[in-house]
Amino acid sequence: MTTEPAAGPTPLIEARGLTRHFRVGGVLGHKTLHAVDDVNFSIGEREIVALVGESGSGKSTVARLLARVYKPTAGEIYYQGRPLSRFRSRKELLAYRSDVPMVFQDPFASLNPAYRVSHGILRGMALHRPDIPRDRRREEAERIVASLGLDPAGDVLDRYPYELSGGQRQRIGFAQALAYRPRLIVADEPVSMLDVSVRIGLLNLMVQLRDERGVSVLYITHDIASARYVADRVMVMYAGHLAEAGPVEEVLQRPLHPYTRLLLDAVPDPRAPLPAEQSAEPGEPPRVVDPSPGCRFRWRCPLAVDVCEQVTPELVQLRPQHGAACHVAAANLGVAAQARTTNGG
Amino acid sequence: MPDAPVLEVRGLTVEYDTAAGSARAVDGFDLDILPGEFVGVVGESGCGKSTMLFGVAQLLSPPARVSGGSVRFRGQELVGMSERELASIRWRGISVVMQSAMNALNPVKQLGAQFEDVMQVHGERSREVVRQRSEEVLRLVGIDTVHLKSYPHQLSGGMRQRAMIAMALLFTPDLVIMDEPTSALDVVAQRSLMMQIKELQRQLGFAVLFVTHDMSLVSHFSDRLVVMYAAKAVEIGRTRQVFEAPGTPNTQGLMDAFPSLRGERVTLTGIPGSPPNLLDPPTGCRFAPRCPKRFEMCDIPPRLYETGASLAACHLHAPAAEEAVR
Repeated sequence: MTTEPAAGPTPLIEARGLTRHFRVGGVLGHKTLHAVDDVNFSIGEREIVALVGESGSGKSTVARLLARVYKPTAGEIYYQGRPLSRFRSRKELLAYRSDVPMVFQDPFASLNPAYRVSHGILRGMALHRPDIPRDRRREEAERIVASLGLDPAGDVLDRYPYELSGGQRQRIGFAQALAYRPRLIVADEPVSMLDVSVRIGLLNLMVQLRDERGVSVLYITHDIASARYVADRVMVMYAGHLAEAGPVEEVLQRPLHPYTRLLLDAVPDPRAPLPAEQSAEPGEPPRVVDPSPGCRFRWRCPLAVDVCEQVTPELVQLRPQHGAACHVAAANLGVAAQARTTNGG
Repeated sequence: MPDAPVLEVRGLTVEYDTAAGSARAVDGFDLDILPGEFVGVVGESGCGKSTMLFGVAQLLSPPARVSGGSVRFRGQELVGMSERELASIRWRGISVVMQSAMNALNPVKQLGAQFEDVMQVHGERSREVVRQRSEEVLRLVGIDTVHLKSYPHQLSGGMRQRAMIAMALLFTPDLVIMDEPTSALDVVAQRSLMMQIKELQRQLGFAVLFVTHDMSLVSHFSDRLVVMYAAKAVEIGRTRQVFEAPGTPNTQGLMDAFPSLRGERVTLTGIPGSPPNLLDPPTGCRFAPRCPKRFEMCDIPPRLYETGASLAACHLHAPAAEEAVR
């Protein structure tokens, strides 16, 4: 296990051998899509962890597993040390959902267009905040909405989603999550649909929530530069596996996995000079259907060697707190390559 | 100037008629595009960049209408042209690639059939020619020709967007207009698509008018850059020069909205505030209410001034003489 935060006895949330498969190929199909395979990570208190990767890498599936939209095929998620699969009663599940809410990518599709924006926030409070009496909910909602920079709060609450801009709607998404007094917000590409000038405001908001309220965030994105801007740690996902994980500056300035380098090279940086002529990178992440052993990045990898064809690399710690699942990187650093065992942890 | 411009836009003005009056979404827009040139247009949401694009392509529908100005393509005036006349220019002379390929492609038709539709409508009857050309353009964008038999949902997002570009190239147009073609893609697919567009441009020589809100995306790919704010072009210049010496606080703000992968981790602010209501825009410089550098002059609308690196609509670049007169 290489991705634990430096300190803290019990992480806020921990995934061990987390796996989710989907059956594909129609009624008679017996093929299995491995969306998430044997993923281990943990998130501590007051911490922003970025999960980055291309479309189809499995990062949204991880978000949905945490939000209990899906159940894992194998492996377990521990919340404050307790396995989620043992949460049986409605009360326990509600408590979990209010502690770990989700913010979605598309602020145009995630708010009910038929209700005023106050609806979602007040409903959430009715379910998850029994400590607030009914006649105080509106007041609390206004306080939350105002704290997110939406002004005037009372007026905003009475509007319908179509009357708000994308940035305002996404703030309402965060307001709904905050109304539950969350411990961890799972934010799946929360800014990718927003305009540039609004985007930075929401990223700042996540940092503010961490610093001022101690909320942790799992920030899922394909924009590695924005991950650097907000996150304490970063996990890079490729084709259902974690490829690399560690403190954000360490991973981005000294990447170990060739895939992380590919991601970094793809980010346009207007401050940098024009890069030397590169050919268009034609590769895409594979759909992992009934995979055979071997590194899933090997087809696109400039460093691939024989062992990559046969043995799936395990995420191992190669530098302090910095792990990568790469045979070549491991060999370069003098660590013997490790095979991915069944449910390693 | 070696060549005549392929596109000349002069004073293009587009208005939306609303119950509360008419809003000018594009206000006196000028632009020349030379053959083979790549022009990027950037700005915040709602600055009028997409409306400008639709105005150029004559694709506006009510309540929007071109209320003034001219758009000349290879010397021919497009404003006021009948649909029938426009049909002879569309696809053959100017083609358009839309933002969302998923919505722009027909979900219940194979790619090949959609290519065939376009070619037949524009006068190509021979099935053999259609098939050959379809295979050719698909190869150009790096998609296996077996996908002529594929439906859009069977392709990845990047492939769909490539297929849209292939379709736009069926008749080798002189100008391809692109409205945020990469916004639904992740960074790796974005970069690879941009590379592909550049390479195709080199091979085929068409000009590109490319609209995006992501300024860093065009930084390495466009020859010239137009920055729009509140319906007007506020800066025009060579892309590299604009990035090196942004001529307006608005351009600077757009550049500062992107976290960088290198250097210090600094707190960014983006552009505080929001764009003005176009039903009642500020009488002076439209950016003034949000501008960190505003001064007395900003009560008067600025014209485009030569900054040395670009043309910028900002009084900070007004020559001293002009300032004295006022």
